[in-house]
Amino acid sequence: MTTAEDLRSQVRDFLATHDPAATDRLEFLQARFDAGLAWVHYPAGLGGQGLSRDLQAAVDAEFAAAGAPNNRPERNGIGLGMAAPTILAFGSPEQQRRWLRPLWTGEEIWCQLFSEPGAGSDLAGLATRALRAEGDQPGWVVTGQKVWTSSAHLAKRALLVARTDPDVPKHQGLTYFACDMTTAGVEVRPLRQITGEAEFNEVFLTDVAIPDSDRIGEVGEGWKVATTTLMNERVSIGGGAVPREGGMIGSAAAAWRANPGRRTPGLHDRLLRLWADAEVSRLAGARLRQQLAAGQPGPEGSAAKLVFARLNQEISELEVELAGTEGLRYQDWTMRRPEGASFYGRDPGYRYLRARGNSIEGGTSEILRNIIAERVLGLPPEIRVDKGVPWKELPR
Amino acid sequence: MSQATEAAAAAQATTGPATAPPGLPDLLYGETETELRAAVRDLFEDRCGWREVLARSQTAETYDIGLWRVLAAELGCAGLLIPESSGGTGASYREAAVVAEETGRAVAPVPFLGSAVAATAALLAAGDDELLPGLAAGTSTVALAVPFTSPPGARPEPTIRLGVPGDAGYRLSGTVTGIADALPADVLLVPVDGVPYGLYAVTAADASLTPVVSLDMTRQLADLTLADVPARRIASGPAAERAVAAALAAGAAMLAAEQLGLAERCLEITVAYLKERRQFARPIGSFQALKHRVADLWVGVTQARAAARYAAAALAVGDPDTPVAIALAKAACSDIAVRAAQECLQLHGGIGFTWEHPTHLYLKRAKSSSMGFGTADRHRASLAGLVDLPAPP
Repeated sequence: MTTAEDLRSQVRDFLATHDPAATDRLEFLQARFDAGLAWVHYPAGLGGQGLSRDLQAAVDAEFAAAGAPNNRPERNGIGLGMAAPTILAFGSPEQQRRWLRPLWTGEEIWCQLFSEPGAGSDLAGLATRALRAEGDQPGWVVTGQKVWTSSAHLAKRALLVARTDPDVPKHQGLTYFACDMTTAGVEVRPLRQITGEAEFNEVFLTDVAIPDSDRIGEVGEGWKVATTTLMNERVSIGGGAVPREGGMIGSAAAAWRANPGRRTPGLHDRLLRLWADAEVSRLAGARLRQQLAAGQPGPEGSAAKLVFARLNQEISELEVELAGTEGLRYQDWTMRRPEGASFYGRDPGYRYLRARGNSIEGGTSEILRNIIAERVLGLPPEIRVDKGVPWKELPR
Repeated sequence: MSQATEAAAAAQATTGPATAPPGLPDLLYGETETELRAAVRDLFEDRCGWREVLARSQTAETYDIGLWRVLAAELGCAGLLIPESSGGTGASYREAAVVAEETGRAVAPVPFLGSAVAATAALLAAGDDELLPGLAAGTSTVALAVPFTSPPGARPEPTIRLGVPGDAGYRLSGTVTGIADALPADVLLVPVDGVPYGLYAVTAADASLTPVVSLDMTRQLADLTLADVPARRIASGPAAERAVAAALAAGAAMLAAEQLGLAERCLEITVAYLKERRQFARPIGSFQALKHRVADLWVGVTQARAAARYAAAALAVGDPDTPVAIALAKAACSDIAVRAAQECLQLHGGIGFTWEHPTHLYLKRAKSSSMGFGTADRHRASLAGLVDLPAPP
């Protein structure tokens, strides 16, 4: 059984032959991937060693202590958090070999082409069409409009769900692809949000050619694959390991400590409630990771994102008030294109505005409650009017 | 979304209190805990159904002494916290918490919390060996004579006087109101606020205990009157203060576990009812308005479980973060238990408002427990000092 100490020793051996100071950054990362030290819970040959996810922290710490470059995970959140687990679960061995290495090293940023103007919470109703291409090479031609696409302007590849059969009920006619964002017909336009920035994009697809070798999963099984991606998105948004006062509550607590003159009983009560809730949520996240590490995955992950969104919103509301006059000052309304989503960056006003999105992105809090009620608690589904009806006959 | 990395960086940039432990303890249930739970649940399912609990609550003997003997002696639950050298099983608060969860789930009328947790913690802290073997064997039941509402960290109001010690030893007089789990006790541990502060043992037969018609008759309170009765001093000065503080802390942490069990049970029966009850020609659980309410309840139970487990784990090893852990657990579990019982009632509609449905047993125990060993507000307020979030002047 490989232990954290074994892995630390592997890292030291690796560093002995790959001096981070003397090696090109990308070559270093590629070699780290090939040595199975990228993500140890991935299979051997794909950057890992088939070990427990928990052991990764020891590896990362050892590399960081040696001053080695990391793969800048903040730049490729969708790639690492959603694309990689989806490719691992449904990609062919050839696709896994082709995509996972440049994904992990950050050579290829990924984005997600799921939501559409007419398909938000009802994602399975999406209208982007994929038609079989004519000609010798098996492939597809895709046309449609996607929205809320973070990082599309940086991405090399996208996870794409498109409709391949409009004559069957909506969940059955979908197929999942990896779309090369440099293909002709892909147009990315910034979508400005209430913070003034454009983290997101609209993506217009016009007769975009996708080879059949870039299809993930079977034709008509896109919904099954997409569900895996979405579950990983919610885990990714709700549940990283943080220290006490990590996250939004840290800056609210710091503001409280720094400004005795602004303290009132009402603000104090709100702060204590939120501090306690944030700390309990942190404990629940730790417990969830312990369950995963012990091989007892539970449904608790669905709770994490709901709690995370509520806490971020309520804490940032409070923080604006704790900042007094400064809370009314906003750093910058200039239209910008940040490299990744930042929930905690900049000033309280930014955090307040950005947090409003937390209960919408990655599944609205309302949809998450439906999922908990139906899948975790086993309550009967909503009475549906679209059940069994071919997609093309649904009112839109 | 790499908010974990971002949050970690944000946390480093702030100057928070350094009270947080670097790693968190095991927050799951171990194998022995799961086995213990199964044994206790079997016992309660067999002998402590809600109809029996309701029926007993309307009799003169509201505590089920027969059931308590089985739980305490045969299953060894009275001696979980007591070391083997004193006849106990030398387990820990982790195991005791599991038993507490089950007593909450069954709204069991047994003095586990008062005797096997609070009084036992006081005696262990005081280093008093005389009463522990009887407690561990389940032949003796002990209660700490403080109001059930006493929070950890606060010294209960002085209402007992110490007589001038004579040849016959110490004698106590005075009253304490609203004591939990005192009715079935053989011995009462009485804190006396004199100079020095002291903790004394009084035989229940010498004391006058008046049952209180209580909001929660599954844990009936009692008023204690002592009229110049003989007492044995167990600890005095700081040792006595530590003993009482240990009892209140342990009581709060294990009551949180009890509340968790109760909340979980309320959620279970509510979900079952939403699946079975039909109105408008469909199960009412298919209505989104109701689904979202139970989904939120489930989220709350999930969060509260982590807090309750953390408190038990911290207490088990005497972690320096224990006061924070207990405040978090008691606050979270008090709120979720009351909410779960209230939602249970509302989502059952009219039937939930009747005497012949179990919901009122849960509601009354939840509300009463939310005040036991300090309200949620009181526990959150204690965080102000513990984590450096000072109150306004």
